[in-house]
Amino acid sequence: MTGVLLGGIVATQFLSDPAPIQISANTVRDLEALHVQVDGNLMPASIFNMDNLFTMKGLIFFVMGGFLVGFGTRYAGGCTSGHSIMGLAGLQWPSLVATCCFMAGGFAMVHIFFPLIMRII
Amino acid sequence: MQKISEEFYNNPLIEHPVECEASNDQLTRETLISSNIKYLVVGVLFGIVFVKGEIISWYRIQEMFRLQAFHMYGVIGTAVVVGIISVWLIKRFKIRTMQGEMVVFHKKEFNWGNVIGGTMFGLGWAITGACPGPLFAQIGSGFLVVIITFLSALVGTWFYGLLRERLPH
Repeated sequence: MTGVLLGGIVATQFLSDPAPIQISANTVRDLEALHVQVDGNLMPASIFNMDNLFTMKGLIFFVMGGFLVGFGTRYAGGCTSGHSIMGLAGLQWPSLVATCCFMAGGFAMVHIFFPLIMRII
Repeated sequence: MQKISEEFYNNPLIEHPVECEASNDQLTRETLISSNIKYLVVGVLFGIVFVKGEIISWYRIQEMFRLQAFHMYGVIGTAVVVGIISVWLIKRFKIRTMQGEMVVFHKKEFNWGNVIGGTMFGLGWAITGACPGPLFAQIGSGFLVVIITFLSALVGTWFYGLLRERLPH
């Protein structure tokens, strides 16, 4: 935990690349259609900033999103590294099932719920 | 120590913990500092790779689920291949841990949590742009509000513990 946090700090402070992140033009177009500005940072500052903390955006993106990540990871018995990388590498079929469900959840969020969320808030 | 640990692992009567995805079966006692330094070093490298590989990017996650770029599939696919080779090498050459203990790969048992929990995790992954590890790297790269996401995730794991007996598995 501390290590990954420090790694994030080191990479950003000392190894940072000033060029904006190169996202696919199609993704940029789709996100802008949903009023998410692609600002060249790693994360959209229009969503992930402290001012949104006590708004609907904050409730959905931080509180609900975080809860799903924590609860889902424990319930599934692993996350991307545990199931998708180490589980698949160990040729364990429950990990393949979990990975397919991770992807299904992600596709459902991006294609069904996310447009609805962005329309409401 | 080595001999004891082999007997321990070969004893079918002893249940090894499989709850944790990265179950740590180390038997050797280490001091708090020396046992944590190795994780700190690997963690720092992991964090740097997360940031430089842009896999902690919310945009990259969107791109992945929109099938508009190969980036994330390339990163995860490469990691799986490296994992397969590493696991094979460890098994083939019986590579031991720094403490000289055997490396044991636990067989995962299927349960419905893989499906239900997996789908919940996927929904959260797409909206936060992070899985549990990258949350820390997002905070480290300056998005301090992700501390709230992390705290919510912590509450989520706590709730799982609370409801565990009543959830279908």
